Amino acid sequence: MSLESLYQDIILDHYKNPRGRGLMESPLGTAFHVNPTCGDEINMQVAASEDGGLLIGYEGTGCSISQASASVLYELVQGRPVADAESIRLAFVELMHSKGHADPDEEVLGDAIAFVGVAKYPARIKCALLPWMALQDAEIKGGLMSEPDSDQE
Amino acid sequence: MTGIDVARIRSDFPILKRTVRDDKPLIYLDNAATSQKPVEVLDAERTFYETSNAAAHRGAHQLAEEATEAYELARAQVAGFVGADASNIVFTKNATESLNLAAYAFSNATALSRWGTPVDPRFVLQPGDSVVVTEMEHHANLVPWQEVCAKTGASLRWVPLTDNGRLELAGLDGIIDASTKVVSVVHQSNILGTINPVAEIMAKAHAVGAVGVVDACQSIPHLPVDVSALGADLVAWSGHKMLGPTGIGLLYGTAEILDAMPPFLTGGSMIATVEMDRSTYAAAPQKFEAGVPMVAQAVGLGAAVNYLERLGMAQVAAHEQALTAYSLMAIGKIPGVRIIGPPEAVDRGSAISFVVAGIHPHDVGQVLDNMGIAVRVGHHCAWPTCRRFGVPATTRISPYIYNDLNDIDALVEGIVEAQRFFKVAS
Repeated sequence: MSLESLYQDIILDHYKNPRGRGLMESPLGTAFHVNPTCGDEINMQVAASEDGGLLIGYEGTGCSISQASASVLYELVQGRPVADAESIRLAFVELMHSKGHADPDEEVLGDAIAFVGVAKYPARIKCALLPWMALQDAEIKGGLMSEPDSDQE
Repeated sequence: MTGIDVARIRSDFPILKRTVRDDKPLIYLDNAATSQKPVEVLDAERTFYETSNAAAHRGAHQLAEEATEAYELARAQVAGFVGADASNIVFTKNATESLNLAAYAFSNATALSRWGTPVDPRFVLQPGDSVVVTEMEHHANLVPWQEVCAKTGASLRWVPLTDNGRLELAGLDGIIDASTKVVSVVHQSNILGTINPVAEIMAKAHAVGAVGVVDACQSIPHLPVDVSALGADLVAWSGHKMLGPTGIGLLYGTAEILDAMPPFLTGGSMIATVEMDRSTYAAAPQKFEAGVPMVAQAVGLGAAVNYLERLGMAQVAAHEQALTAYSLMAIGKIPGVRIIGPPEAVDRGSAISFVVAGIHPHDVGQVLDNMGIAVRVGHHCAWPTCRRFGVPATTRISPYIYNDLNDIDALVEGIVEAQRFFKVAS
């Protein structure tokens, strides 16, 4: 496996030039998630626009994978209806559990398809999932989503 | 470079012959997490299971006798290795359990005293009392004491650090005072590499009547350590970081303190008499060894002790000292790299943490891993220490007897490669 398969240029670009990074004044829900094995942090905020679109704010510190994942998340779900955002989130979670064998749908996942290589590295899957788990938590706290029946992680 | 023959040692460790990540030779630099095992440790465990396996300290058949003998021989070997008597050595599951055993002596004695059970007053804590640790403790020597304080109302205090990763000892008299009931400090930091003057700190603890505990996980595998010279009442360390198997840890205690401490885990093996409503307990060390003991692991650890004694711990320490001096120089001169911990090879061990400007440690570790170099990345179970130095995590190397200067050169190449890959100015 090459380093390039893990760190695709798209990931490095999101890491160096994060999209939409920053916190909101008055979010509906906020979730602060930490990866206790490495100390990576993400502070994820959600709100709803007047037409029902999801609004995202975030800050974080951590490795390229966790921080690029947050930037890609922003790009994919910002302004989208909550139900669409959840479909994207579930597709990303599935991709991360594919052990690198998935053929992800770019129509759904956009730049997130670049994370397919991450799924081959068990120690890094949690890095990629950190913002997405925080998103779910923030949506629940903000009343935009109900508690899931079981832990989908 | 020293009396250690690295090539010969390497041939004793089967795992060092394997390759990783597309056929790259393994360069294992994560010994502060766990060491690899020489074939004679593996053989010792296997031979025990093949010839003498039985539950030690129960049963009267021949195998039970042999298993008991093997287990107690291992205790004597470990004791000899650290200059102690076998009766002063308690086998535990790991060093974390050893430290919890120490910590629970305080919370258990405090709870027992409330209901009138006679206990040694040194272990009874109340609001106003203090527990002292340092800002460079592994979570295993921090969290159990936080729990003790939460259960008893005692306050936790800690010795702060200098910017060079040494203990700030100037204010020690204001930290260890008449309120202090226990002082628990690390001998050699797993994240900074710092070797602390524990004998001096233990003397201060004893001067105020406090119990002194030392976490020696990173020192006993790497240095000649005579536990009585540390001046501590209790010393905890693990077997798996000194070539032994996982699943066995150690606690040295003075006869007096082991006798005074209430038990930790209770049940079979650790009792003297049992009635339906009460029990009395065996003398130490059995008092602290409830349940069927880990005989095979003890036997493996005994073989590890033999291996290290044959090398000579003074030789091991000299080898590591040379590696440490070279590593500090070689890593320290890479532009953009900052060493977290003492920058000089004085009173410090081979665990060296560093950060690379512009690259998260996870990403540094990934590039190294891709080259076959195994290092640890993260907070190393010393999260508050990372915070002290304003970093979320570090990359850490921790060489041992089977590492040489070539491994360090490969590491340096790997760090430069990470800088190239992530396009940070070096």
